[in-house]
Amino acid sequence: MSTTSRLQARDLRLAYGDVTVTEHLDVDVVDGAITAIIGPNGCGKSTLLRALGRLLRPAAGQVLLDGRQIDRAPTREVAKIVGVLPQSPVAPEGLTVADLVMRGRHPHQSWFSQWSRADEGIVAEALRWTDMIDLADRPVDALSGGQRQRAWISMALAQGTDLLLLDEPTTYLDLAHQIDVLDLAARLHRELRRTVVMVLHDLSLAARYADILVAMKDGRIVVSGPPQEVLTPQLLADVFGLRALVVPDPATGTPLVVPLPR
Amino acid sequence: MVVTVLPRAPRKTGDAVTALPLPGRVVLRAGPVSAAVPLRAIVVGVLALALALSLAVISVGRGEFPIPPGAVWDVLNGEGTRAQQHILLQLRMPRVVCALLVGAALAMSGALTQTFARNPLASPDVLGVTGGAAVGAVAAIVLGGITGGILGVPFAALLGATVSAALIYVLAYKRGIDGYRLVLVGLGVGEVLSAIVSYLLVRADLVDAKQATIWLTGSVSGRDWSNVRPLAAALLVLAPLAVAAAVALRVLQFGDDTARALGLRLQTAQLAVVAIAVALAAAAVSAGGPVEFVAFVVPQIALRLCGGSRPPVIVSGLLGALLVVGADLAARIVVAPRELPAGLLTAMIGAPYLLWLLLRGTRRTIA
Repeated sequence: MSTTSRLQARDLRLAYGDVTVTEHLDVDVVDGAITAIIGPNGCGKSTLLRALGRLLRPAAGQVLLDGRQIDRAPTREVAKIVGVLPQSPVAPEGLTVADLVMRGRHPHQSWFSQWSRADEGIVAEALRWTDMIDLADRPVDALSGGQRQRAWISMALAQGTDLLLLDEPTTYLDLAHQIDVLDLAARLHRELRRTVVMVLHDLSLAARYADILVAMKDGRIVVSGPPQEVLTPQLLADVFGLRALVVPDPATGTPLVVPLPR
Repeated sequence: MVVTVLPRAPRKTGDAVTALPLPGRVVLRAGPVSAAVPLRAIVVGVLALALALSLAVISVGRGEFPIPPGAVWDVLNGEGTRAQQHILLQLRMPRVVCALLVGAALAMSGALTQTFARNPLASPDVLGVTGGAAVGAVAAIVLGGITGGILGVPFAALLGATVSAALIYVLAYKRGIDGYRLVLVGLGVGEVLSAIVSYLLVRADLVDAKQATIWLTGSVSGRDWSNVRPLAAALLVLAPLAVAAAVALRVLQFGDDTARALGLRLQTAQLAVVAIAVALAAAAVSAGGPVEFVAFVVPQIALRLCGGSRPPVIVSGLLGALLVVGADLAARIVVAPRELPAGLLTAMIGAPYLLWLLLRGTRRTIA
């Protein structure tokens, strides 16, 4: 696995107004890997993801994309390299799946070039790749939760970015659809060599799908590394206050968290 | 920069690409220019334009000195009698052209603001344009007297609209612009402005008050080319800008985070959209008064006729022109030989039509 990093955070302090969420954060997003950010509610993991995707301006420190400060770069240029899916994004009523995925081409379009042949080809591929082509004419609000998430990932795919940041892509989905979405993320990584960063809640699924886990607590990164090294009973106690066994996942051999009663 | 990263997707334009069938859409491509336009929008737009122009021809023909449509065509080609030329070109055309342009500008303005705020209530009336214009115009009429005020009314309205809209934008700004906050601040300021208008009306004498009330309803009666020219010039600049702003709105309607993730410069885009919408509404109101309901109702009618996820800007403009020119014609027919302000009729025609569309439609929310 390569250890280069195009997206980095340096001594980051993130705040909403006067309320500091995190301080002194350093992150190197490993290229071509799947990174999952885990941690209890309110630990700052979504905030970190938003900052990495330049949706939140750091109060101090820097986010660097290809060595350049991300909020100094033209946002349209950044949008050709980094795609971000916010938590539970909302599509306006009446929007079809095709409309949604077409919007992924926005950073590549100008006001006079709205539907070039290249746009059309890339959108068609994105729809096909996410298995949404048959639903292209359906309104997004008529889809099931899992299909809707696939539609949004399809849009991010049409954006054609090397890096993809997903904020809790499995929230509100039943287990089967969670697996669907995570399989899709794994294919993005495996077949298209995308770098994927996701905020996830389910620790065992995070361990199964991610190459690297970043565990956060109270705005700090406690530990990061391969799932086998990160997911230990000690860490679960320290970070989540959870008593648990960690056993090898019978299906994949990755760490499986078995919570114990308190 | 290499844009395409998908495995089977084209590496550059010109390669063979996978086609994506888009039912109900017409793909237009010419050189670097390309667009996928919904067929329904084209049909509705063409019909609205044809109807609006037909009504305009009928409208200029009506009056004490009737001119049949054929003669109207002759006059436009430089023929016809001198009397016909004078009546048509100097007396009746400005009024009808004014109606077309006022309707188009108000409706486009409403389409922009409703999409921007993701809220159908966010028409220019709420954004402070109308209220500010009303204060300016009524003050000019009441304080300046009719004769002194007439020349100054359009300008006073323009000034009032611009100042109040700017004030509301500044008051609503809090680490960016939020649609709901904008609507609430607009409603608050609007109440204050309408209180000022009431005060001015109460202390006005009867003639001024009647004049002001007609202005407040919205009317294109008695307009000449000096009223139409500034509005036409404004539309020439603002209409293309509004169409360009619609491109940003397509992304903006996903919410701030997604819009920025897709590379939109959020604050610049928001300010630009509001500025274009306010300028359109201010230009329209200063020429025709706050013709009621057009900016609110027409974009919603356009949305329901065309489908899609937001009011279409161009079709809204064409339907707005149709509504106001039709209302102005009706306003001269129903109580002929007297006439009503067009603004009375736009509400009476537009509102029931929207209600009918709402009742038979499946759309849960608006905008």
